[in-house]
Amino acid sequence: MTAVTTPAPRPPAARRGRTPVPADPDRGIVSVADRRRRGVRWPLRASHVLLLVSLVVVGLGPILWLAKAAVTPTQDTLRTPLALFPHGVDWANLSEAWTRFEIDHYFGNTMWLALGSWAVQLVVAVSGGYVLSVLRPAYGKVLTALVLSTLFVPAVVLLVPLYLTVLDVPFAHVSLINSFWAVWLPAGASAFNVLLVKRFFDNLPREIFEAARVDGAGPFRVGWSIVVPMSKPILGVVSVFAFISAWKDFLWPLLVLRDVDKQPLSVRLPALESYVELDVFLAALAISTAIPIVIFLIFQRTFLQGAGLGGAVKG
Amino acid sequence: MALTTVRTPEAVLRAETPQRGPGRAPRRRTPLTWVRGGGLSTLVLALPLLVVFGLFSWFPIVRAVVMSFQSTNLVTPAEWVGLENFQYVLADPLLPQAATNTLYFALLALVFGYPVPLVAAVLMSEVKRMRGLYAALAYLPVVVPPVVAVLLWKTFYDASDTGVFNTIAGWFGLGPFPWLQDQAWAMPSLVLEATWAAAGGTVIIYLAALTGVPPELYDAAEVDGAGVWRKVWHVTLPQLRGVLFVTFILQIIGTAQVFTEPYLFTGGGPANSTTTILLMIYHYAFGGRGDYGAATALSLMLAVVLAVLSAVYFKLTSRWSS
Repeated sequence: MTAVTTPAPRPPAARRGRTPVPADPDRGIVSVADRRRRGVRWPLRASHVLLLVSLVVVGLGPILWLAKAAVTPTQDTLRTPLALFPHGVDWANLSEAWTRFEIDHYFGNTMWLALGSWAVQLVVAVSGGYVLSVLRPAYGKVLTALVLSTLFVPAVVLLVPLYLTVLDVPFAHVSLINSFWAVWLPAGASAFNVLLVKRFFDNLPREIFEAARVDGAGPFRVGWSIVVPMSKPILGVVSVFAFISAWKDFLWPLLVLRDVDKQPLSVRLPALESYVELDVFLAALAISTAIPIVIFLIFQRTFLQGAGLGGAVKG
Repeated sequence: MALTTVRTPEAVLRAETPQRGPGRAPRRRTPLTWVRGGGLSTLVLALPLLVVFGLFSWFPIVRAVVMSFQSTNLVTPAEWVGLENFQYVLADPLLPQAATNTLYFALLALVFGYPVPLVAAVLMSEVKRMRGLYAALAYLPVVVPPVVAVLLWKTFYDASDTGVFNTIAGWFGLGPFPWLQDQAWAMPSLVLEATWAAAGGTVIIYLAALTGVPPELYDAAEVDGAGVWRKVWHVTLPQLRGVLFVTFILQIIGTAQVFTEPYLFTGGGPANSTTTILLMIYHYAFGGRGDYGAATALSLMLAVVLAVLSAVYFKLTSRWSS
């Protein structure tokens, strides 16, 4: 059982770098030496295969089923939901959902909402993070504390008062109901984004800002030409999460976008359920899932990095 | 590292201001020196944050507290009513049921959802080739919009014997199950979908935490003759306990505010068996009654319960976590 009995492969497991063996620099629970042993290798490999199969079935399965059902006639989906196209493929579902039930229009709304929320979140997080981390005015500490404190307020507290605020914005005295701004602006008030960006800026080398300042660059110039280009990784993380969370948003747009014409997919889909035929409805569901999944597949690394980061910030 | 970043900007500021106005006493601050020192541009840059947080975060939070003591109907000016809203909510016969349901949801979510991501992440961390594929598969349900996930699972939960899940159950000679149609089955069905939708995020958090476990500890455990299970039990889990504690309470805070699942799956039914606190809040405020006072009072009570719970929790766990 002990690794001591196999003296030869021990060194690679011991420390990183030194040996040419391309062993893991970060060894896991099972040591490199143990990995080579038959009694360990097979159960380990079996567990990996089992894990992969269950991940495919559980994680991918429902999405694949949706993709299949989107192009399957209603009767087939109802009678034999797990059969693969017993009566052929019905591509018309997709086009019918897209045009006749105006999924294209709601799709556009969702896109607009997501893009606007993304832009607002980015502007607030970058400018706010820059002020709090780099410029540090006298009131900076109070501001940071105020931003931080909102993290501890559960979202449910905001629901009703935020709705009333959007109904009649203080000072401006306009109603944002049925305007995309009602979704865009509150999305910007994400303490999580601001603190994530601030923490990233905190770790940038200060000498560079000083050098630029000595060269005569003002705060805007330093921010735009130096801090922002250096912050691409974190801006990527904030961007993908801003976009996806806006795409996923349901309750808030449901409350503030009463006008059907302005509603995003997430709000329209439950309404469609009642009067659209099942196959077309499933096609509509598939269409609304496609973009987030494509974005995830493209920016996978950023996503997984960011999701891990989320744990680090919360932790 | 942290020390230097804290010290430099102030030092720089102090060094810079006298240089700008050589003739002036460094202490005197006028609006002009403030503008020249970058104070105005700083304020301009802080404006987006100030406006957005001010209007859409700080103001509503304060307003929540104020409103819970007021009667607001948006027509006549708000009226102070003291604790009336709270009394009204506490006397609502639906409240005990909703509180129990919410608790039940949170508890089931812990039973279904807490161990699974941990086991998956620990197994995944031992995968050397294509770990990215595993992580991506686990995370995939998280990017599916919740509305789509719920509506899709609603189809799966079709109670007829040709429903998706009932067909699968039929392969094993089980079912057909009533899923959402039955009082006893509805809540677990909701939780199952919610777990599917959320587990991936937790897996990724654990995976990130697992890479932070120092490999020397495993080496040391092996020298002491520990096998795989004992390494997991004595090294991996204790090293993860900080993250485990946090995800535990975060999951409770999240599930206590569940809305989309009960709203879209069952609308609270059958027979209020899935009515949660958030559904009650929604009905108070937006269900035609427009009782914003009662809604905020209930939101605040939920928030206070959660705050007390987390405070007690952190007090208890601080002894064990690092």
